[in-house]
Amino acid sequence: MQAHKGRHALGIAASLALGLAAAQAQAAEKAEVIHWWTSGGEHAAVKEFEKAFDAQGGKWVDAAVAGGGGDSARADGINRIIGGNPPAAMQFNTGKQFDELVSNGLLRNLDPLAKEYGWKDKINPVLLNAVSQDGHMYAVPVDIHSNIWLWYSPELLKKAGVEPPKTWDDLFTDLDALKKQGVIPLAQAGSAWTQALTFFNVMIGEGGKDLYMKVLKDRDVAAVKSPEFLKVAQTFGKLRDYVDSGMQGRQWNQATALVINDKAGFNFMGDWAKGEMELQNKVPGKDVGCIPALGHNTYWVGGDVFVFPKLNDKAEIKAQDLLAKVLLEPKVQLAFNEKKGAVPVLKDVPSQDMDQCAQQGLALLKKGDYVPSSDILISPDMSGSITDLVASFFTDKSQTPENFVNRFAQIIGG
Amino acid sequence: MKPLRLRRLSAQVALVPTWIIVIFAYIGTILWTIRISFTSSGILPKYDFVGFKQYDRLFQSSRWTISVENLAIFGLIFVIGCLVLGFLMAVFLDQRIKGEGIFRTIFLYPYAMSFIVTGLVWAWILNPTLGIQQAVQNWGWNGFTFDWLSRGDRAIYLVGFAGMWQSAGLVMAILLAGLRGVDEDIWKAARVDGIPPWRVYLSIVIPMLSSMFVTAVVLLAIAVVKVYDIVVAMTGGGPGISTEVPAKFVIDYLFNRQNIALATAAASVMFVAVLVVLGPWLYNQYFRQDRRAS
Repeated sequence: MQAHKGRHALGIAASLALGLAAAQAQAAEKAEVIHWWTSGGEHAAVKEFEKAFDAQGGKWVDAAVAGGGGDSARADGINRIIGGNPPAAMQFNTGKQFDELVSNGLLRNLDPLAKEYGWKDKINPVLLNAVSQDGHMYAVPVDIHSNIWLWYSPELLKKAGVEPPKTWDDLFTDLDALKKQGVIPLAQAGSAWTQALTFFNVMIGEGGKDLYMKVLKDRDVAAVKSPEFLKVAQTFGKLRDYVDSGMQGRQWNQATALVINDKAGFNFMGDWAKGEMELQNKVPGKDVGCIPALGHNTYWVGGDVFVFPKLNDKAEIKAQDLLAKVLLEPKVQLAFNEKKGAVPVLKDVPSQDMDQCAQQGLALLKKGDYVPSSDILISPDMSGSITDLVASFFTDKSQTPENFVNRFAQIIGG
Repeated sequence: MKPLRLRRLSAQVALVPTWIIVIFAYIGTILWTIRISFTSSGILPKYDFVGFKQYDRLFQSSRWTISVENLAIFGLIFVIGCLVLGFLMAVFLDQRIKGEGIFRTIFLYPYAMSFIVTGLVWAWILNPTLGIQQAVQNWGWNGFTFDWLSRGDRAIYLVGFAGMWQSAGLVMAILLAGLRGVDEDIWKAARVDGIPPWRVYLSIVIPMLSSMFVTAVVLLAIAVVKVYDIVVAMTGGGPGISTEVPAKFVIDYLFNRQNIALATAAASVMFVAVLVVLGPWLYNQYFRQDRRAS
């Protein structure tokens, strides 16, 4: 609780400082933006937005709040919106996280802008659906991220004399071989959300798209109690034998860096991992291998959006308009998503320059082999309960898959 | 009589702002919190009524159960550890040793750090791949393992230990002041009777310092109930959810999981628990003594 108080004090100091800055730069259209892109690759990407916005007469005021999963940033922003001191724009994950803000009338309806710039025809329909309520658009999607990638070090696999996996059985063969070599077979971070991400990788890759939709969308308890889901739990449980004791206290980008630097064989992470690769001048798909949802190759349509809280100040509203327009300009989209490791949300952005992994992702999108992200399907509350369950199962080998299935069914059924 | 009554009146008037703050800022928010815990609120407060639904869910949640157990474990290690260690340090300094100032600074120094810094420092020291374990292995003991921080069944003990390391100095400072107040004649008399010093400490000095111990226990107990930052910095609640604590449960549901009804239910349970456990005891310790004194 003390930490929280500290955060408020900081916030007050920051807003005072911002106030001063605003007085000095009256001419520019100032927009304070809350986001959680603070790792090296993410920072480089968000700079692209800042540059483009400033170039067109805006003044980007960065209010980044650290913390990989964005929990603290969202807490901060929601608090400010409810407290009557909203930022000009704020990041959310594509999905249900801001539903309640919309239904309480705290966010701007973006229909006029969407009409002016023709967004409704240009944006990927899954995303458009995810940011709309009752046919009105309430957020600007900025990237498509798939959480369900498996990254591997081709060099270490070669040393161990094994091929990149095609099935989960292959993966365990590879992991065993890596273990014998004395390297970390599976680099996993300690934060609970990264463990939940690994679980969804198994659920979609091993269990398949239909099982995932039945469980998360239809809340079908029978599907949770099915043999397929038990297999998912068993496979996920088996992964516990291949992580090292340094897992606890490791951040997601440190885990990914282990694979990038050939110190660990595999890492489950979203495609924002590519941002870290770019920072170290490694080419995704070549220096670091990528597999979209091992087993049933599937893409996951999630990502990030910006919402624009309702404001009174005319100048600030103008800044919001400008920012929304800049975020969706094709050139800006391409520059941002290249650094971010994601795929642009616009359908007509040229894709030939994108890396091999992004190409694989786009091909899956075109074929229709994709699922909506878990954030789109379930509430933050349920998602939190699943994360708790997954993390406590993953870090405690005494918990059985059967027990895991029962408790999962309770969450889905309740 | 009149001037006295007038004086009382002006005192009451002077207290009005305090009363307003107490009524609105403390009692009002407590009541509001309890009210919200009976609703189905999400991100924003809603004023419907769903009975004990949130409390039902709370007590069925394994995360809450683990949090409460952890609070008990942390509390025992922290309070007892701080008292024992703090007392020993105070006794050590009370021997009028050379360089007392230096030792006092060293002992009190951890207390100058926040729980966040304490948590981070110990997280690094105890990290199996960076800290003690790796260092000892590099020195040649390859079989040495000390990975409690990455073991769900042990990590909370280390959190308690780190908390103890931070706060023992405070207890030392309080008890040292008490020890300095013990009459020299008692020591002389004990020496004449041939009573060993440890016996004097145990049977005479400690009972004399009981009010100092109470002060220390109250301060430590408050720190236990609100423990949050050291867990966030040291383990983030992990591995898994094995080092979660009630305050973190409240914050997580309040801000991240968009369920303020469940969060306020948890906060209300904490509040009632503190009231039930600490209330009568504090009353007993402070108010009755005061009355006897007056």
